Amino acid sequence: MHIYLPIAELSVNVFVVLGLGAGVGMLSGIFGVGGGFLMTPLLIFLGVTPPVAVGTEANQIVAASVSGVLAHWRRGNVDFKMGAVLLIGGIVGSTFGVWLFSVLRELGQIDLVIRLSYVIFLGAVGAMMMVESLRALRRSRTQAGRGKLHQHNFLHGLPFKMRFRKSKLYISALLPLMVGVVVGVLAAIMGVGGGFIMVPAMIYLLGMPTTVVVGTSLFQIIFVTANATFLQATFNQTVDVVLAFLLLVGGVIGAQLGTTLGARLKGEQLRSLLALIVLAVCGKMAFDLLATPLDVYSITLAGGH
Amino acid sequence: MLKRLALALALLAATAPGARAGPLVADLSEHLVAITTGFTGAKVLLFGATDGDGKVVVVVQGPRETITVRRKERVAGVWANRDAVTFDKALSFYQVMASEEMDEWLPLALREQQQIGVEYLAFKPRGEVGPAMASDFHEALIRNKQRLGHYDVLEGKVSIIGDRLFRTDVYFPANVPTGIYTVEVFLVKDGEIKSAQKTPLLISKTGFEAEVFRMAHEFSALYGIAALIIAVAAGLMANAVFRKR
Repeated sequence: MHIYLPIAELSVNVFVVLGLGAGVGMLSGIFGVGGGFLMTPLLIFLGVTPPVAVGTEANQIVAASVSGVLAHWRRGNVDFKMGAVLLIGGIVGSTFGVWLFSVLRELGQIDLVIRLSYVIFLGAVGAMMMVESLRALRRSRTQAGRGKLHQHNFLHGLPFKMRFRKSKLYISALLPLMVGVVVGVLAAIMGVGGGFIMVPAMIYLLGMPTTVVVGTSLFQIIFVTANATFLQATFNQTVDVVLAFLLLVGGVIGAQLGTTLGARLKGEQLRSLLALIVLAVCGKMAFDLLATPLDVYSITLAGGH
Repeated sequence: MLKRLALALALLAATAPGARAGPLVADLSEHLVAITTGFTGAKVLLFGATDGDGKVVVVVQGPRETITVRRKERVAGVWANRDAVTFDKALSFYQVMASEEMDEWLPLALREQQQIGVEYLAFKPRGEVGPAMASDFHEALIRNKQRLGHYDVLEGKVSIIGDRLFRTDVYFPANVPTGIYTVEVFLVKDGEIKSAQKTPLLISKTGFEAEVFRMAHEFSALYGIAALIIAVAAGLMANAVFRKR
């Protein structure tokens, strides 16, 4: 059964899209990640143009994050104050990101920038996760001693200190603000929630306790992707609600399966598996950039129709 | 509304000079191709009659559009777009169908004049572009359009029945550009065009798809808000379902 996507202007098989949503939803259920970093490239591989893939995926992440944050909120795992500071940065970053997106699209460089961002960030995060999980696997056998709890560096000398009770932190508000800006730009350009950057940043850079990290990042992601969706729809007309809805339905079912499946697997195994998937997507993107294209010429419609 | 527009177009064509019953009459089975939810491409039947011998060639043209052609180059090991040439009035869709291989009975001068065949298409680049570069990019445009299935030349696809009647299926793929098309039929005899007839065809999104597209482009902000409301509602609903389990 085929369905015509009005904004992507593409006829796709409904079950392929539902399956894609379910597959990525399942992975996000298992690993507790948003899945945007997987879905956007998969949509591009499916033939959706990168701008529409990015805009539509932002829309879908709004829904996924809303359903995710409620569970964390009930358990009291959301630091709203920290979330608000991250959010201010996120709104600034994603607004700038959408603007940058339009400019790059006009210049014909958006595809390149999207792919390059994926290669750089997925490569870095994937490699880090791989090293970390391998080390953890080894540590579980040797039982090494613990390091220092907090490391003090120049980041702790920044002004505008603020107290975050829930995170048990007294740090400069500039830090989460900057993290928010960077993640906001990435969300707009890559069509991701940015959890895969924000979660490590919150743990290692801000020093937040892991219990509140996921809930707080989801809270921030809702508003940042909502901002990105709204702006992409308004200025670039690249949000396909039909596609987003199909992905969403598949995603909900997949996440349900993934959560139960994830509970049966071991943490370190999960992490190394996720690292492998991240590196595979990164590899595919890198290959596309480096391999000689079939035709060095490509065409685009100027201004749509 | 669309049906009426298509009908009006057809009537306009029928009353236009040159469409009177002459050596050639032709019509389409439909004057409106509606792109609906289940759209996977469409087939429109073109049929007609001639007054005797002669060969038939059909040229289908889509609306004009602005197309930018970009060329990739290796920059620091990575393939990136560098040069670009924009063609303001390129055809969005172009298909030629003939009863037999055209080289044998259609003089080159005629093909050039009427732009019959992809190699005879001539779009003007915007601004000052050198002739070598213009021709490279022009060729690239046609090659890319052919790959999309938007440009095609199909010889031997028009069937002629008893030297009087002819028919052919005009096929439009799922990714067909929308707008007003013209279907032109030429009757060629002794290396000359004996008669020609032009028929319009409207390809348009209708129903739900058209509404979504229109909303997205005319009321972009409202569309964005609607997209968000749907997403939030879906998220809340999913959460409610999870919790019951």
